Amino acid sequence: MSAVAVEGIWKFYGDYPALRDVRLTADSGACLALIGRNGAGKTTLLRIVGGFSRAQRGAIKIFGTEPRETETRRRVGFIGHGISVYDELSALENLILFGKLYGLKNPRKSALEWLERTGLERVRNGLVREFSRGMRQRLAVARAFLHEPSVLLLDEPFTALDDRAIAVLQTLLRAALAEGKTIIMSTHQLREALELASHVALLVRGQVAFHGPCTPEMAADPGLVYARYGEG
Amino acid sequence: MRFFRQVWVVAAKDLRAEFRTKEAINASFAFALVILLMFSFAFDLPVETTREISGGLLWIVFAFAGTLVLNRSFARELPNDCLDALIAAPISGAALFLGKALANYVLVLAVELVSLPVFSIFNNVSVTAQFWELMLVLALGTWGLTVIGTIFSALTVNIRLREVMLPMLTYPILVPALMGAMQLTSALVAGKPIGADNEAWLKMLIGFDVVYTAVSLVLVETVLVG
Repeated sequence: MSAVAVEGIWKFYGDYPALRDVRLTADSGACLALIGRNGAGKTTLLRIVGGFSRAQRGAIKIFGTEPRETETRRRVGFIGHGISVYDELSALENLILFGKLYGLKNPRKSALEWLERTGLERVRNGLVREFSRGMRQRLAVARAFLHEPSVLLLDEPFTALDDRAIAVLQTLLRAALAEGKTIIMSTHQLREALELASHVALLVRGQVAFHGPCTPEMAADPGLVYARYGEG
Repeated sequence: MRFFRQVWVVAAKDLRAEFRTKEAINASFAFALVILLMFSFAFDLPVETTREISGGLLWIVFAFAGTLVLNRSFARELPNDCLDALIAAPISGAALFLGKALANYVLVLAVELVSLPVFSIFNNVSVTAQFWELMLVLALGTWGLTVIGTIFSALTVNIRLREVMLPMLTYPILVPALMGAMQLTSALVAGKPIGADNEAWLKMLIGFDVVYTAVSLVLVETVLVG
């Protein structure tokens, strides 16, 4: 059974088909880089897989279950365009809050562990609104990894990250892949993404133009997929 | 038990964030106090007349001041896309809704409990004649206001003119609850206990709360995810 199976998804905004019969799979331990131009449907697809939005047609299965099922949500971690942490709360309070929402046995212990892993232990009681952009991004990474998800959905994860946050994220993603977790990431930063990716899917105007393993030549020349399968 | 723990976690988060920023509660307090003070200085009414209109005046103030709190309920989740994190978390829409409604209830009730003595002092009208029955009406009317306001706050959270849309959507639906609360409040401030002549308003208020709480709990998942 695939970790994530996207089966013939259609999504319309009004009459406009943002996704057209999208079919993809990602196995456990795979890292799927979702690439495509702006407006190709990458974020829409990730939001449907994450259960934030519903498709009009087709189905999503994560380990055989629907995205909105409670058990499925427990197994999925998401980093979107926003950092999804509260400015009015401290770093520790934010992680404890999400630890409680995810039903962790010891939310405080897990929160402290992840603050240490992301290099934020010294500012754990500082309010997020006082954090630099890089610190906020690292906290967002800690929030997404806090509940040890089996599937990670990352929407433009490297955008606007500072060098340290990119290094932290890449280390965590490599560790996650080594543990057999599944990663689906949409990205424009091909070089960083293809370093990690085992598979690539190219979306062109809401359709899958290419889906296959990431070859060494793709990793060496990130523009190759666009040149071969895109619209030039 | 897990459901109620999740409700409490969401409510506690909202209350903590609000007590730190005070962005909704300050505006709501200020609005309620200004309207009550302006009314007492603008009209020199006999005490009997003030008692008769007390329900109307108080609930108009509560409804408008309450909207300022309710507007922030889901809008608070927009910066940093926090609503996504709540929707992604393995909690039911019902727990999320009830947690938010509970936090709003505490805040709106706090505004009301400060407004009541202000109204009493500046209009020289005692509100203690039927105090506990008045508290019951306040509790029921506020829950109705909060439930409707919270579900519509979720519905309008992504609309650009949500501050305008929320009152436009909530007030028409709130009319029966506000009518009941106004009638009962006027009678109780005048010293008349709830009896055969106005018991129907109390039953209607309870029915309104039960029906709209149930409807909101059923609909909230669709409102949030589509």
